[in-house]
Amino acid sequence: MAFSQTGSQLRMSYLDVLEAEAVHIIREVMGTLDRPVLLFSGGKDSAVMLHLARKAFLPGLLPFPVLHVDTGHNFPEVIEYRDKVVAEHQLTLRVAHVQDYIDDGRLAERADGSRNVLQTVPLLDAIQHHRFDAVFGGGRRDEEKARAKERVFSLRDEFGQWDPRQQRPELWNLYNGRHDSGGHVRVFPLSNWTELDVWNYIAREGIPLPSIYFSHTRQVFQRGGMWLAPGEWGGPRRGEQLQERRVRYRTVGDMSCTGALPSEASTIEAVIAEISVSRITERGSSRADDKLSDTAMEDRKREGYF
Amino acid sequence: MTATSVEAARDSGLLRLATAGSVDDGKSTLVGRLLYDSKSVLADQIEAVEAASRARGYEQADLALLTDGLRAEREQGITIDVAYRYFATGSRRFILADTPGHVQYTRNMVTGASTAHLAVILIDARHGVVAQTRQHTAVAALLRIPHVVLAVNKMDLVGFDQDRFAEIDEAFRRLATSLGIADVLSIPLSALRGDNVVDASTEMPWYTGPTLLQHLEQVGIDDDLTALPARLPVQYVMPGDGSLAGQLVAGELRVGQDVLVMPEGRPAVITDIHCLGTATTYARAGMCVSVRLDGAGEGRRGDMIVSTLQPPAATRQMTATVCHVAERRLAEGARVLVQHQTRVVEGKVTSIVDRLDLATLEHTANSEALRVNDIATVVVDLDEPIAADPYRLIRATGSLLIIDPRDGATLSAGLVGPAFR
Repeated sequence: MAFSQTGSQLRMSYLDVLEAEAVHIIREVMGTLDRPVLLFSGGKDSAVMLHLARKAFLPGLLPFPVLHVDTGHNFPEVIEYRDKVVAEHQLTLRVAHVQDYIDDGRLAERADGSRNVLQTVPLLDAIQHHRFDAVFGGGRRDEEKARAKERVFSLRDEFGQWDPRQQRPELWNLYNGRHDSGGHVRVFPLSNWTELDVWNYIAREGIPLPSIYFSHTRQVFQRGGMWLAPGEWGGPRRGEQLQERRVRYRTVGDMSCTGALPSEASTIEAVIAEISVSRITERGSSRADDKLSDTAMEDRKREGYF
Repeated sequence: MTATSVEAARDSGLLRLATAGSVDDGKSTLVGRLLYDSKSVLADQIEAVEAASRARGYEQADLALLTDGLRAEREQGITIDVAYRYFATGSRRFILADTPGHVQYTRNMVTGASTAHLAVILIDARHGVVAQTRQHTAVAALLRIPHVVLAVNKMDLVGFDQDRFAEIDEAFRRLATSLGIADVLSIPLSALRGDNVVDASTEMPWYTGPTLLQHLEQVGIDDDLTALPARLPVQYVMPGDGSLAGQLVAGELRVGQDVLVMPEGRPAVITDIHCLGTATTYARAGMCVSVRLDGAGEGRRGDMIVSTLQPPAATRQMTATVCHVAERRLAEGARVLVQHQTRVVEGKVTSIVDRLDLATLEHTANSEALRVNDIATVVVDLDEPIAADPYRLIRATGSLLIIDPRDGATLSAGLVGPAFR
């Protein structure tokens, strides 16, 4: 907790304000709902979420499990990071595998090889199977214009659907997570954070991240204006040339749709400096699936995507 | 934003603001302009807006498209729901609640403005103070938003006329004063052209005040919550050591301090304070803590740890000003749940005392069932006591939700105590 002196008053820094708001939200969920779970992809927002959730219950252990929806097209560095974090903090890890659904025919592989949209069904099944009634996500309202409309406590029906026209007003710091049986609440404690806030907080708290967030040499090829990594997911295709580049990742998702950006930023400080002057948004620079249409995110969210 | 400005922004706090304006006052354009001129909009977002604008046959990029995000909003060209925007300058971080003005304005504005330090009320310079301005200002006063800015937009359409601005400013000040709003600033601007939004206008040299963004950067955001008596609603009892976790919403706490545990009013002494895992001897409003009291097993979720000086009274009957936010009605005799901070109690609406007309500010006796956007005084009998403060003294512990016990829907936003008094 750092205070700054302004005139005669002590004030919490803006990161302290955001941290306290998130912890308050996380504790409200523990105080009012029965079976929370934290969605954990191994990305930077999940890393911050996990850090905040752990802090909220110190000196005790995290009082709920974490859930990873495994697309089967993960960066190996991210899975390694996930398992290390789980062991270090004695977390209970649940995994929902997209591959299982493809293997037994419940889901079909898409022509473009992306499994990002395929995550929704295994996610909803896992929520139902474990009877989770509150699902923490690292979603931020600054990510995308449809997310800007999302409540902190977002009700989902038994099909996991989001209806932006039927949202419950959210007043003061009073969160109302009452929901129909069979439905659940998505909770977004990082709603008011921006990408830069997340990085400044990671720097301040010394939160470890998967190595792919920092500059490294990697084989990549170009498709649709993005630098993609080769893998079993189906790249590169004929005519797509592998090249060795210095890159890093700005987001972590399915390998098929998460682009690398050319970067020399190999420390947290260098990454912050790079983002601070970037003229491209996080999703604009690295997510292919948001470019499918003007309202791609909203349409996926309506179906139950995070 | 540069790296050095990030460093500066880190320590100069966070301003929460809400915008209010009628349909054609240009609110989306103002918000778009604020984001655009403060360089909070990035190249790919601008390209998307330019492409969407071209597709609609516009000659210029329509900045309103930056903020109207939902499919229906873009199709219908309207704003449906509150959206939150984020921007930062060299000296401050901002959270902007962008509230739609045209339908259900009271509900939307209450939703967007309940946490705001500052409200920007937008009017069209050609039309001046209109009925909706009165309503927006009354909601800002009702919610006790500390600072109000009147943005007199479309000054380009009145020839940047100083007298026209002065006339509107005077009318607005009369209104604000009558509502008890202490801090008002009027700014003449053109959101479309960018005059006085981020950059000072060359067309209005007669205006010597700050631009909108300059004011947002300078305005005081410390409501000095630490000067208020201590209030710590208990959220959760830590399983390990039984300490009581919560966010201190007002005042300060120190190890060794005498406190009361409400609503029972049980005296106790603070023996330990932890702030997110770190032991400390002092905590102040805003901080998330866990505290231990002398004696074992004391306290549970729904309790409130308060200062022995000016403790709130525990009461089983509450008079509140409510803003009804649900489509379904609420009638006298209805069974409800009342959520006050972390405490939820059952209650019954025993009386709808009167209705407040935001346009005239008159209270009229009318006990009909509450409809959406109604503001009324109600009396609710409670099965168990709550320890609430008048909203005018402490916003956090003077606010509550009225909830339908049948399905958990939020029906009304409640402010303990009478409106405007």
